[in-house]
Amino acid sequence: MSGLGVGDVLFCVVALVTVVSAAGVAFSPNIVYSAFSLMGTFMGVAALYVFLAADFVAVVQVLIYVGGILVLTLFAVMLTHRIADVRISNRSVGRLPSLMIMALVAGVMIKAILGAHWHTVDAATPAPTTYGIGNSFLGEYLLPFELASVVLLAALIGAVVLSRKELTEE
Amino acid sequence: MSVGLSHYLIVSLLVFVLGLYCVLTRRNAIGILMGVELVLNSANINYLAFARYSSGGYDGQVFAIFVIMLAAAEAAIGLAIVLGIYQTFQTIDVEATETLRG
Repeated sequence: MSGLGVGDVLFCVVALVTVVSAAGVAFSPNIVYSAFSLMGTFMGVAALYVFLAADFVAVVQVLIYVGGILVLTLFAVMLTHRIADVRISNRSVGRLPSLMIMALVAGVMIKAILGAHWHTVDAATPAPTTYGIGNSFLGEYLLPFELASVVLLAALIGAVVLSRKELTEE
Repeated sequence: MSVGLSHYLIVSLLVFVLGLYCVLTRRNAIGILMGVELVLNSANINYLAFARYSSGGYDGQVFAIFVIMLAAAEAAIGLAIVLGIYQTFQTIDVEATETLRG
């Protein structure tokens, strides 16, 4: 058996950070701590993307998840709650049945992952992916790409309409 | 032993079940949305892992970008709805907001 390479050790560290902070999101009794450990998960997942030779997606992950969604989530947490009152702000119910469902799902999936014979090819050496992704977006995936911009526009307008203050006519 | 496809799948599985637990147990609407983000991230890890260890096209990465885009739209709309609920009910506990229950 050959020893662990630097890449393997780094992968283990990154995977550990990802899973531990995901556990922090799931089990933390305080919603603010949950939100901050979500940042660890997002950064860890971005690092996993780098390991998977997906440089562009990793940067997009950092920009959109960490820079956008996480900040939005933190804003919502701060705006909506009496944060000091943890008992109200992050109640959890049904822990035991949920843990059983978790264990069941994990068991079935681990059996599937380890049992399946994945047909893999030797991973190519990492190369910049932006060229290929750009070609895909403007070629094969042009229609979904355009639809995505329509969806984003609808989401933008919808969010503005939903969160504005109602002005009542006197 | 070197890192292979199944390692990524197992990391993704762990993130998925933790997100599932988050969705099932949280009673705070924002906590539930965080669980959904975890589930979406685990799906993305799977997409990129299969893209890396299969024929080597860009389809998996393109799908991952679409998922990230939809997650951003979902977060914006979801949090706007949560803020609206808070303005109406003064709480975002999903068990307190059951006016529509028959």
